Amino acid sequence: MHDHGGGGGHDAGHHHGTEHHHGGEVSQTQLLTAALESLLVEKGLLSSDTIDQLVERYEKDIGPMIGARVVARAWTDPAYKQRLLSDSASALAELGIHMDNLVVVENTPAVHNAVVCTLCSCYPWAVLGLPPTWYKEPAYRSRMVIEPRAVLREFGLELDESVEVRVWDSSAEQRYLVLPDRPAGTEGMTEAELARLVSRDSMIGVARAAAPAHAR
Amino acid sequence: MPDSRLSPKVDVEGPGAPPRRNGELVFQAPWEGRAFGLAVALGDAEHFPWEAFRTRLIAAVAASDRRPQGERRAYYESWLGALQRLLVDRGILTAAEIEDRMRQFATGQRDIVRPGAP
Repeated sequence: MHDHGGGGGHDAGHHHGTEHHHGGEVSQTQLLTAALESLLVEKGLLSSDTIDQLVERYEKDIGPMIGARVVARAWTDPAYKQRLLSDSASALAELGIHMDNLVVVENTPAVHNAVVCTLCSCYPWAVLGLPPTWYKEPAYRSRMVIEPRAVLREFGLELDESVEVRVWDSSAEQRYLVLPDRPAGTEGMTEAELARLVSRDSMIGVARAAAPAHAR
Repeated sequence: MPDSRLSPKVDVEGPGAPPRRNGELVFQAPWEGRAFGLAVALGDAEHFPWEAFRTRLIAAVAASDRRPQGERRAYYESWLGALQRLLVDRGILTAAEIEDRMRQFATGQRDIVRPGAP
């Protein structure tokens, strides 16, 4: 199993998987990250400002609220929902979101969808932000395909035996977003109010959209 | 959704693991954000096709998955390893200059807080 140091240099985290958690000492991982950034900046391939802005955008601005807006629009506008399911790229573009490899899968009383990336944690960043830690863990990536009902139960999502579970494995070419079922008791709510019920987890398919406060 | 619901089957993150709030903490250390940003910025600028990065990331993640539980790499370590390999494979950086630069940061010749500063 030759999986490290193909280039002959230090490979990231060659020593201990979790060394960087302990603080104090500078880890090989930190050194490597700094070395790559410094060399790439020096060669004019990117600037540290670009990285600053990109990281900040992903940490602060790009989050699941973008996906939640899409879901709320689909709940309130049946024609929009049809466009979203059949041609997501143009439906997303209507909301100013540019992503052309997203497939939206709809939950119904008979079908529950959930998303995984077994190989490398591909994730629809543009609509959900960065993936949660558990999405990247081997346990989720392998078990979700083999025993989705058991995994969903661990997330607190009990599904009736009659509900068909469909697990979608993401790839670079195709990412998935779950369109959750609209909760009962939400008639008359505005799009903005509805969006607040749509959690990241419900768009990955490991939870339902939240019930409105007055119905809880 | 607390992470702990999956935790019996999930890698232990170690005693120094930072607290998480419902898994919302996207980067567990600043270098993870930098490593993420480096790859995405280079990909955006088309210095390499994303697929070239992704194949190496898949290989790195698979290699980590094959290790015993306590020795698996954190996700962004696989990510960083894949980026390093890609840069060397494509001749964008050499292994020797990376190693040399790491040494300069390790010995304090360069400032790790602002690695991109001239």
